[in-house]
Amino acid sequence: MAKYNSAKCAKSARIDRLKEELFRKMPEIEADRAVLLTESYRKTEGEPMVRRRAKAFRNIMEHLPITIRPEELVVGAATVSPRSCQIYPEFSFSWLEDEFDTVETRSADPFHISEKTKKKLREAFTYWHGKTTSELATSLIAPEARLAMEHNVFTPGNYFYNGVGHVTVQYDKVLRIGYRGIIDEIRAERGRMDRGDADYCTKSAMLDAVEMSCEAVITYANRYAALARETAQREKDSTRRNELLQVAENCERVPAYGARSFWEACQSFWFVQMILQIESSGHSISPGRFDQYMYPYYKADVDSGKITRDFAQELLDCVWVKLNDLCKCRDAASAAGFAGYSMFQNLIAGGQDKNGEDATNDLSFMCIDATLHVMLPGPSFSVRVWNRTPHEFLLRAAELTRTGIGLPAYYNDEVIIPSLMSRGLTLEDARDYNIIGCVEPQKSGKTWGWHDAAFFNMLKPMELVFANGQLDGVQVGPKTGDVTSFTSFEDFYAAYRTQMNYMISLLVNACNAIDVAHAERAPLPYLASMIDDCIGCGKTPEQGGAIYNFTGPQGFGIANVADALYAIKRLVFEEKKFTLTELRDALDANYGKLSEADAERLTVGVVKELAKNGVEVGADVIAAVYKTVKDKDGDPRYREIREMILAEDKYGNDLSEVDALARDAAYTYTKPLLKYKNPRGGSFQAGLYPVSANVPLGAQTGASPDGRLAGTPVADGVSPSAGMDVHGPTSAANSVSCLDHGIASNGTLFNMKFHPSALAGDSGLENFVALVQTYFEMKGSHMQFNVVSRETLRDAQKNPDKYRSLVVRVAGYSALFTTLSKSLQDDIINRTEQTSF
Amino acid sequence: MDNNSVVGRIFDIQKFSTHDGAGIRTVVFLKGCILRCRWCCNPESQSFRIQRMKTANGTRVVGYDTTVGDVMQQVLRDMPYYRRSGGGMTLSGGEALCQQEFVTALLQEAKAHGINTAVETTACLPFYMIEPQLPLLDTVLMDIKHINSEKHEQFTTMRNELILENAKKIAASGTHLIIRVPTIPTFNDTEEEIRDIARFAASLPGVDEIHLLPYHRLGYDKYMGLEREYGMGELPTPSAEKMERLRRVAESQGLKAVIGG
Repeated sequence: MAKYNSAKCAKSARIDRLKEELFRKMPEIEADRAVLLTESYRKTEGEPMVRRRAKAFRNIMEHLPITIRPEELVVGAATVSPRSCQIYPEFSFSWLEDEFDTVETRSADPFHISEKTKKKLREAFTYWHGKTTSELATSLIAPEARLAMEHNVFTPGNYFYNGVGHVTVQYDKVLRIGYRGIIDEIRAERGRMDRGDADYCTKSAMLDAVEMSCEAVITYANRYAALARETAQREKDSTRRNELLQVAENCERVPAYGARSFWEACQSFWFVQMILQIESSGHSISPGRFDQYMYPYYKADVDSGKITRDFAQELLDCVWVKLNDLCKCRDAASAAGFAGYSMFQNLIAGGQDKNGEDATNDLSFMCIDATLHVMLPGPSFSVRVWNRTPHEFLLRAAELTRTGIGLPAYYNDEVIIPSLMSRGLTLEDARDYNIIGCVEPQKSGKTWGWHDAAFFNMLKPMELVFANGQLDGVQVGPKTGDVTSFTSFEDFYAAYRTQMNYMISLLVNACNAIDVAHAERAPLPYLASMIDDCIGCGKTPEQGGAIYNFTGPQGFGIANVADALYAIKRLVFEEKKFTLTELRDALDANYGKLSEADAERLTVGVVKELAKNGVEVGADVIAAVYKTVKDKDGDPRYREIREMILAEDKYGNDLSEVDALARDAAYTYTKPLLKYKNPRGGSFQAGLYPVSANVPLGAQTGASPDGRLAGTPVADGVSPSAGMDVHGPTSAANSVSCLDHGIASNGTLFNMKFHPSALAGDSGLENFVALVQTYFEMKGSHMQFNVVSRETLRDAQKNPDKYRSLVVRVAGYSALFTTLSKSLQDDIINRTEQTSF
Repeated sequence: MDNNSVVGRIFDIQKFSTHDGAGIRTVVFLKGCILRCRWCCNPESQSFRIQRMKTANGTRVVGYDTTVGDVMQQVLRDMPYYRRSGGGMTLSGGEALCQQEFVTALLQEAKAHGINTAVETTACLPFYMIEPQLPLLDTVLMDIKHINSEKHEQFTTMRNELILENAKKIAASGTHLIIRVPTIPTFNDTEEEIRDIARFAASLPGVDEIHLLPYHRLGYDKYMGLEREYGMGELPTPSAEKMERLRRVAESQGLKAVIGG
């Protein structure tokens, strides 16, 4: 008999009403947190930073406005207005002040902000000049690294401007013993300390701060209990009144003490999840293995008949809705990169337990169903897959994939567990991994992983090779020699590696500077209460208190680099179709498709060079240079070169030679990183995924030797370049599995697009599951799917180059969507989403 | 001669095919056909000649001669997917079985590698051309387009007696046989016509599955590219509701009936 009950539960009518309430108006910026924080900071000048943080946190917990939204069963909101956000000036603030008047009208993730809020924030911001983590980091980053950042080689923007986040805490511990239990642990730790210990004073200040934070959270929950009682008194509907009274009881009990019921467990979980995001602005606070740590409470209640499975599902669905109540306002540029108000709260179901047995339970299925019921982007829902995952579980996950919501993401235990062990995790910890944010694996409650530390554009070092280390006329990288002097592919590749190695060292420099800034200015005592072994060693995670410490910056553009290297190898050195000089000129001229902005940028570069060499640059010289640049435009030779490149074999089509080069190209990023250490004593580890930074950073990248035009997106994660994989999903997956996923222990991301026809019917689901499992057998580590919608197909009609690999399948026939005539495409668009193929 | 050097004429190899037999399959499309069905979505498959066809991306040569060895090299790339999904290789066309020597060599090689094999056939050819392949085939997917021979001839250019006869012989051989019905408006999409086909299919020993393949217009561009007239005009594709109704009719004959294969 199965070890679980997978029967589907009904969706409560409440859920749609909760959703409606959440989306009834535009998200708003609220000033309360920033004001309360600043008020406290002004009173605590000169005290130890960790104590100042705790006092400020306490002030927020005691006075932040609270609200219970209509019909909620699980309460607690960081903002009065739904789906809105607080402000965190201790990390950075000037961007917001600059964008006060545009934040409401921008296209990506707009927020309403009232004049009153602006006024309050302006006043609070006056305190913060010179005191933020980003200002400290700026002063610590080496000038060479800053230069590379200015030229968009990499961007550590995430933690440079914001809190860190990217963590899964010990939810299980709070559920079990509550903050009263944690306070007991703190007191026990104090009992073991000797006043003569070298770290006595820092540790004691830190433990006080952690205890103060725990107390503050209990106070905050009690405020909700009181509000629930008050609301109940006014409530006329007796059912709702009883719900509110139960909510009040729950909030009096948790998170101060251990949870005694599934409802209390949901409430306790939610307080932890939300309050972590009030303490700091870091995103990717990931619930992790929710189906595991919540299960004992579910089972006890269902077994004893205290609640029905339907009610348990309703509570889960309520939690799912709440996860979408949290929001974060980013600066305009970052918002474009993270568009969709994403919080990246990754919640994962299934997989094996720490003893290597399958851990799938009722809740694993109910988590899938909650996502189906709620159909919102939060949580970032994932499933773990291993050799003994129940087939039924994978089919249920595939049903979710088929809806086109882009969830779940699939993760491979068989790659990730050994990969984590190679980074020093114990076998048990590695087996108990969950995913942070996008794709980053870690052991919950023990890790400060600095996942997502930076985005590194692997195409920029190639631009540097062509310009002997220069970008826009500035010497950004080492001088690797004039490309015209290279006589072999090996010469070129060696120069690329030299540029890579240097840029990686600068990337590390920037990450470490920011790391230090957070340790110094933004230690997080509340977070520290739920990460081992912060209490034991008297340090917050930022100060090195976690057991596992990493820094994980992301490389992206593997596909472009692989295709570029292959084109150079074949066309320049083997077939001698054109020279590197010709290629360089073609790239400078954007293959003969020069935009006005490109022309100006190139002109500026040449003019700077002239000026440096002592030439007097007047208007006439500038005009002459500009004319020379423009003359290059439209040269048919450049278009011809691009056509030859585009006709070459490309990564993503199961072709051994170019795939092998892709594997090696990925190593130019993943291997050099491994030798570096961070200030917390941990090591660097590479990720290969871009979130959506490949689009904005692609916009800053010139034409590349893979035929990519200037300013267009760079390839997504380890996926083939958009539209370059034209032999279907198995061939693409075969190519991607050629990479060494294990070494990229901070995660890899493989995105695949499907037309719904590929997943139609029961056999469609079966074949889909087989595809995922086969990719995983071949040691791929992550897969996610876009089942395309009508809207996407309409976009494909307009931008066929992006969708060249999209296949429409029917029996005995299949076609690349973009090759069909408009009328047939329309026909398919009309049939899409009926799954009647 | 070594199997791997046997030459055949194909016009495409398609990976991750999921509607052409069980599991994830690679379909090898062989050139040349006996029938000229009006609705055919692969008109470039019909002539054995290598042709030029205009497409949105310029003129393409359709059809090339290749060896069993080269085809197998491609087919073997997806071996792990076949194993996981219970898939394999499907020969399609055109009428694959016309190229007898090539097909035998290809199927023998596939079997030697432990690959599941299937063929999509019109079965409109002498049984002596079908029989030798049967021991090498795990599944035969064969079309029965109409029970009425006159109407069959009208829409496909050939009568159906030979086809129905071959269906009985293939079934009698014990090879796993699935009957497929391209469901074409104006030709065979009435409940009565589908019932007749399903009744015949159900009468064949060992046949328990029938696939109704709804008419689609995806071949339209190719007719234009080949400078041929499209024989089906502006006929709309059958609705999901109608297909479901016909599916139930087929099911009522005691068969497992599937839309789309």
